[in-house]
Amino acid sequence: MSRAVRFAPLALLVLIIAALVWRLATPADTNVHSTLEGKPVPVFSLAPILPDKPGLDSSDLATGQPHLLNIFASWCVPCVTEVKVLETLKGHGVRVEGIAVRDRAADLADFLAQNGDPYERIGSDPQSQVQISLGSSGVPESFVVDGKGVIRYQQIGAIDAADVPMILSRLEQAR
Amino acid sequence: MIAEAGLAALWLAAALAALQFVLMLVALRSGADVRRAMRSIAVVQGVLTLIAFAALLTVFALSDMSVALVFENSNSAKPFIYKVAGAWGNHEGSMLMWVTILAIAGAFVALLAHRTSERTTVAALGAQAVLALGFYAFLLIASNPFARLWPAPPDGQGLNPLLQDPGLAFHPPTLYLGYVGLSVAFSFAVGALLTGEVDSRLARAMRPWVLGAWVLLTLGITAGSYWAYYELGWGGYWFWDPVENASLMPWLAATALLHSINVLAARGALKAWTMMLAVIAFSMSMVGTFLVRSGILTSVHAFAIDPERGTFLLALLAIYVGAAFALFAIRAPALKEGAPFELVSREAGLVINNLLLSVILGIVFVGTLYPLFVEAVSGEKISVGAPYFDAVAGPLALLLALLVGIGPLLAWRRERRPVLKRLKVPALLGISMLAITIVAWPGMHILPRLGLTVAAYLAAASIVPLIGRNPLRAPLATWGMVVAHFGIAVALVGMAANAAFTSETLAVAQPGEILNVGPWSVQLAGVTPTAGKNWTAIEAELRASDGPRLVTLNPESRYYPDPPTETNESAIRTFWNGQLYTVVGKQDPSGAWQLRLWWKPFVTLIWAGGALIAIGGALALLGRLWRLVWRRRTPAQGWRRERYA
Repeated sequence: MSRAVRFAPLALLVLIIAALVWRLATPADTNVHSTLEGKPVPVFSLAPILPDKPGLDSSDLATGQPHLLNIFASWCVPCVTEVKVLETLKGHGVRVEGIAVRDRAADLADFLAQNGDPYERIGSDPQSQVQISLGSSGVPESFVVDGKGVIRYQQIGAIDAADVPMILSRLEQAR
Repeated sequence: MIAEAGLAALWLAAALAALQFVLMLVALRSGADVRRAMRSIAVVQGVLTLIAFAALLTVFALSDMSVALVFENSNSAKPFIYKVAGAWGNHEGSMLMWVTILAIAGAFVALLAHRTSERTTVAALGAQAVLALGFYAFLLIASNPFARLWPAPPDGQGLNPLLQDPGLAFHPPTLYLGYVGLSVAFSFAVGALLTGEVDSRLARAMRPWVLGAWVLLTLGITAGSYWAYYELGWGGYWFWDPVENASLMPWLAATALLHSINVLAARGALKAWTMMLAVIAFSMSMVGTFLVRSGILTSVHAFAIDPERGTFLLALLAIYVGAAFALFAIRAPALKEGAPFELVSREAGLVINNLLLSVILGIVFVGTLYPLFVEAVSGEKISVGAPYFDAVAGPLALLLALLVGIGPLLAWRRERRPVLKRLKVPALLGISMLAITIVAWPGMHILPRLGLTVAAYLAAASIVPLIGRNPLRAPLATWGMVVAHFGIAVALVGMAANAAFTSETLAVAQPGEILNVGPWSVQLAGVTPTAGKNWTAIEAELRASDGPRLVTLNPESRYYPDPPTETNESAIRTFWNGQLYTVVGKQDPSGAWQLRLWWKPFVTLIWAGGALIAIGGALALLGRLWRLVWRRRTPAQGWRRERYA
C-alpha cells in the first residue's frame, strides 16, 4: 500500500472537518432576503379606499424622509396585533404608509376604528398587483423605504413588539 | 437528591474511564498484566453509568420539575410511559443513554473477550475507555442532564407531540445500541492496529459485535422508516433527509464490514481493508450523531441547535477518527495479507460487495454534505434530494441485489464449478417478471420495473444455498444469510410496488360524499370532535369498500395545546395486498373537509423485508454465539470451520 493511499483517509478527514468547522463558525442564514432590497420601489399609483384618507403613490415614498410601508388587510388576523405595534412606531415619529390588499371600505373602516389607525395614507390594491410587484407573497409584510424611495429592508410576517428597536434602527440607517 | 446521586455516579464513571486508559498505556509499555484490574474497572464503570441513567429515569417518572431537563421536556399531564420515554427524547438524556450503553458494552467486552490475545484485549479496552471519556466530558461539561432550577416551576413545558408515540420509546435506544456495537468494533480495530495482531481471531472476536450492531441498526432504520410513514402523514417511507442518511451511512458501512469480516475470519485476508471499515463504520455513527445534534444541516427532524455542543462533538470526532486514521496510515504496511484468492471466488465476490456498498456509502455521504461544501466554496445555496439519490444509488443497489444471488454460491479461494447453472430457475423467474411488467404495465418507470425483476430473481436465488444439502444440517449462520438475502428481495418488491402502483386522491369532501382511490371507494360518513388526555381533535369517520371488503377508518387531526402543535394522525388499514392510508386535514369555508387517501399495494413488504433482514442477522448472531459458548475451550482451527460463513 503506497504512502498516498494510506494517508488519503486522514487527508479527506481534515478536509471534511475544515468544512464542518466553517459551517459551525458561520451558521446558515435561514432568513429569506428580498432581492428588491437596494432597489427603488416599483412605480405605482393606488386609489384611496376610505373617503377621509388619501391614496398612495410610489412618489409619496420619495419625500426625503424614510417611510415604513405596510402591506395589510382587514381580513388578516395577525394584522390586528401588528397594527398596535405600528401605533407604537408612529409614536416614535415613524411615517407609516399602508397598502390594503383585497379589502372592502366598510371592513377596513371597522378594522381601523377597533384596532387603531397609524396610517398617513392607505392605497387600495384590490387585485394584489402592487403587492406582487413588490415581491410580497402575503400579509402582513412591511418595507423600510429610504428618502429616495429605495427599499432598504423587507419584513416578512408581522412586526411584533420585540422587533420595534430593530425597525427603528433600520429606519434610522435609511435616513 | 436523586439527581445529585446520578451526577456523582457520572463523575465517578468518568474517573474510572481515565484510569482504564492510563492502565492501557502502562500495560502496553511495560507488559504488566492488568487484565483483571481492567475487567473490574470496566464493569464498575458500567454499573455507575447505569445508576446515573436510573436516576434520570426516576426524576422523569416523578416529574421533578426542579430538574431543568424535566421542566423543559416533560409535563405532569403526559401519559406515564411518555414521561419515562421523555428522559431520552432530548439532547442531554439521549447522550446519557449513549454513554450508559457504551459503558455497559465496555463491561461486556471485558467479561467476554477471550478470543483475542491479552495485549489486544487490553489495548481494545483502553480504546473503549478513551471513547467513553470523551463522551463523559461532553455530558459533564457541555450538557449536564441533572442541572437544577431554583425555584422549581409548577409544571413542565411538554414534549413535542410528534414524539408522543411508542416509536420514540424504542427508535433511539435501538440505534444507539447499534452505534455502540460499532464502537466496540472500532476499539478492537484500534487495539489490534496498536499491537499489530490483525488476524482471524480478532475477526471472530469482533464479529458478534458487528452482527449485533448491524441487526439493531437494521431494526432501528426499519422502525424509524415506518414511524415517519404513519406519523408524519406524508405517505412516504424514506425522504433522503439528512437525519435519515445519518442512520443509513453507518448501516451501509456496517453491512460492508459484516461481509469483509467473514473473509478475515475464514481466510485471514483483507486485513487492512477490514480494519479501515471498522474505523469508518463507527466514524459514520459519530458523523451521524454530529449532524443530528449540531443542527448543521437543515432537516425535518427539529433538534435544538447549539454551536457549543456541535463544536464539542466535532472535536471528539476529529480526535478519535483522526487518531484512528493516523494509526492506520502508520501500521497498515506492517499488516501481512493472508491467503491469496482468484478472480472467481467467495473472497472476490465479497470484495465486489464491499466495493458496491462503499460506493453507495460515498454517494449518500457526498449527497448529504455536498450542499455544505458548495456553500463553503461558492456561497451558493443548493439542496440535494431524492432525485439525485434515487437515480445514482438506485441502479447500484439493484446491481448489488443481482450479485447477492451469486456470491453465496462461490467457494473460498477459487471456484471452478459452473455456478451460474444453479441460478437457472431464479434467472427464469426474473425474466418472466420482466416480461409480465412490460406486457401488463408498459408505462411503468424503469427503476420499479427492474426492481420487480431483480426481486423475483433474488427471492429464488437467495434460497439456492440451501438446495442440494440437508437444510436442517446447515449452520444457523447460513440460515441467517439466506433469510437476510430473501428479506432484501421482499423489501425490494415493496419498494417497487409502492413506486409503481400507489394511487393517491387529494380532495375536499362534504360529509356523505364518496371519493375513489385505487380499487376503493371511500365515503366520508361524518366528522366529530374528540379529546385525549393532553390533546383535542376532530375525528373523521371514513367507510371504505372495494366490493367484498368493507372497513371503517378514523383519521384524526389533533391539536396539542402545550406547545401549540397540530398533528395529523393517519388511519391506516392493512390488507394482505396493500394498505389503505387516510389523512384528514382542515375544514374549508364551505364546510367540506380536506381528505388525503392513498392505496399502496404491497407497501408493508418494505418493512417486512427489513424485519427479515434483521431476523437473518439475529439468526447468524445466535449461530456465532452458540459456537462461542460451546467451543470456547477449543480455539477454532483455521478456515475449514468457516466454510459456511
